[in-house]
Amino acid sequence: MENIRNQTKIFFLRILNIPFAFLMHAIDLIMWPIQKIIGVRNMPYIFLLPNLIFFGLFVIIPLGANFFFSLSSGDELLFAERELPTTKQYNQLFDCESYLNPNTCTEDFFWRGVYNTIFFVVFQVGLMIFFSVLTAVILNKKIIGRGFFRSVFFFPVLLSPVVVGLIWQWILLKNGAFNAIIESYGGDKVSFLTDPSWAMASVIFVSIWAHMGFYTLIVLAGLQAIPPNLYEAAEMDGTSRERIFFRITLPLLMPNLLVVFILASIKGVQTFDEIYVLTGGGPGTSTSLIVQYIFTTGFASSGSVQNFGLAAAASMVLGVVLLFLTLMQLYFSRNKESKHQEI
Amino acid sequence: MMNFKFILKAISVALVSFSLTLISAVSFAATDVRIMWYGDGDKENVPIAAQIDEFNAANPDINVILDIVPYDAIMNTLPIQLAAGEGPDIARVTDLGGLNKYYADITPYVADPSYYEKSFGPFLNWYRKPGDTTSIHGFHSTMTVTGPYVNKTLFEQAGVDLLGPGATWEEWAAVSIEVAEKTGTPIPMAWDRSGHRVSGPAISMGAKYFDSNGDPKLVDDGLKAMTQMLYDWHQAGTMSKDLWGSVSGSKYHAPNDWWNAAEVVFMMSGSWQIGRFANEVGDDFDWWAVPAPCGPAACTGMPGGNALLAFNANPAVGKVMDYLSSKEQLSSFIGQVLAIPGHLDLQVDYQTDDPNAKHALNTFAGAVPTIDQVAFDLQAHVDNRIMFNAIISRLGQAIVGEMTMEEAWTRMDEDVEKQLKEKYGG
Repeated sequence: MENIRNQTKIFFLRILNIPFAFLMHAIDLIMWPIQKIIGVRNMPYIFLLPNLIFFGLFVIIPLGANFFFSLSSGDELLFAERELPTTKQYNQLFDCESYLNPNTCTEDFFWRGVYNTIFFVVFQVGLMIFFSVLTAVILNKKIIGRGFFRSVFFFPVLLSPVVVGLIWQWILLKNGAFNAIIESYGGDKVSFLTDPSWAMASVIFVSIWAHMGFYTLIVLAGLQAIPPNLYEAAEMDGTSRERIFFRITLPLLMPNLLVVFILASIKGVQTFDEIYVLTGGGPGTSTSLIVQYIFTTGFASSGSVQNFGLAAAASMVLGVVLLFLTLMQLYFSRNKESKHQEI
Repeated sequence: MMNFKFILKAISVALVSFSLTLISAVSFAATDVRIMWYGDGDKENVPIAAQIDEFNAANPDINVILDIVPYDAIMNTLPIQLAAGEGPDIARVTDLGGLNKYYADITPYVADPSYYEKSFGPFLNWYRKPGDTTSIHGFHSTMTVTGPYVNKTLFEQAGVDLLGPGATWEEWAAVSIEVAEKTGTPIPMAWDRSGHRVSGPAISMGAKYFDSNGDPKLVDDGLKAMTQMLYDWHQAGTMSKDLWGSVSGSKYHAPNDWWNAAEVVFMMSGSWQIGRFANEVGDDFDWWAVPAPCGPAACTGMPGGNALLAFNANPAVGKVMDYLSSKEQLSSFIGQVLAIPGHLDLQVDYQTDDPNAKHALNTFAGAVPTIDQVAFDLQAHVDNRIMFNAIISRLGQAIVGEMTMEEAWTRMDEDVEKQLKEKYGG
């Protein structure tokens, strides 16, 4: 009986194998002549080619187009109809009496976006690292329902930024859920999203809520990689908990925290969608970041001139910042790898 | 060998039959006409969808596809689609002059070009490029007039009389505050966050918008007076910063939620809200449209509206335009959506028993002859949006304290100048 079952299984597997074998032979028909021509050593390039074509089409060409747009002016979309080349857009972006006062800049919205982005990134990343470490340390302990809490903290990462924005708008609006609770306890309503002094704090809070789970996971992995014998030795020596944390945990977590810092900074500089949904960049321009400036200038001008050139120039500036952060990340992650190899 | 030949023959016959079927299917396929439509909710979307269904049923050779999109898509996505040469055949737009370089002349494809001239005459120039006096690009779907509404029930509860024609903006603000105080209403006044809405009152205060050569010149004493008044109302709490201050740039924002919840005494908006109020307010409270308040120069609102305009010219597009612009279809549409017709000779049987809606329709229709010429010129100007957006983004910043009104006025002029330079070079 067992034998019949096995034979039937093999029979069906063979049938299932036919299309696969056919496909492999078809690929072989194409690959064999190519290999004959370019040699085995060059074959990896052929396998990389499909990916490189997509990368070129959707990354390199748009990047080049963006660069050329930044060197052109006019409200036309097609290159042939645009005035080119000109550095006008860059001159306009950097035309400031004082870079510290956006009101003195020709493109004051851009500089407000720059300062708002810096403020946002500094506080969002700083607080995010703090809360990620705090949460990871707690979740690393043997607490009841640890698995459940790990899932709960990670859950917001799975949500779309638009959903995050809408949920928190519903909670933080003047007539929202949070103000209803405040009022029920006799407090006054707070304009979390429409008062300039509250709006930035609100968007930083929401952003931390939405992304913290991801970074907590990285820190948690770092915590679990710390050899437990170090803690045992410290406990045997009667070292205090604070000293253990600052002298063992934190130094050994540093490589992970560096990754978290750089990844969160890159993400922070790129932030747009959840804030756009939550506050629309307002009140005034108090939560308007660089990416919103680019989007509004190029694509959402509500009937004004769609200044693709200026938006492209601002994108190039943002690109340089992101390139710098990415290079930092590469440098530190390679440094970390080489240290691991040395160990 | 015979078998192989037979198989080859069979394949050839099958291929030929398939090709013929394909060719005939293509030749008899209906011509697609794509319409990009934004509507103010179901009250506009349902009637137009019914008309399109009716047209498709009566014209099997044409397949009209109605894409209902949000207003933002018309303002921000459509211009990019058109610039890339990927726009729809027809779209319902409000930036009438701003997109004129993309409009197609459908004169050769409409049954009677003189019908368009007779019926929509003054509006046709709003779509045309400067110097063009003959092209037909489409027709006015509805005409709109900006103006205020009041919550009449709140006035009655407060024992305050409504003001009549000739009342000034200051007087309306004063009575709105009085009513709000007496009834415990949180917001005396709320305006749509829109430069178009500000412009009628600004013209009433003496704003001219153009210099002696007819070129845009935004900031003058009239505009300063109105924008200063709006700024002061926000600082004094007559208007809530939660609306104008809540978003950034030139983003449109309307206080409908507050209005529907009876949290506003006086709302500055326009005639397009009538159908919406009739549906959403119902009999919760009485609401009336009141004549445009006055300034030293005029008592005017802004004209406006939306038009169905063609971006492709072909017989199918012409036929669709003829159908939708016909007296019968327009009258039916306007009657259902409770709007002011853009057709100069149209009898409309409004399908409503709501006395508030009827009163509002009469008020706005009666306001058309009182619209100031500057307002018409501004509405017809190809770059009016540039001016509207400059007003709203800079005034919004001043209101939340990012700049002074002096700085805002300087920036408004600079924004207009900068945008015009980008558009026209120089």
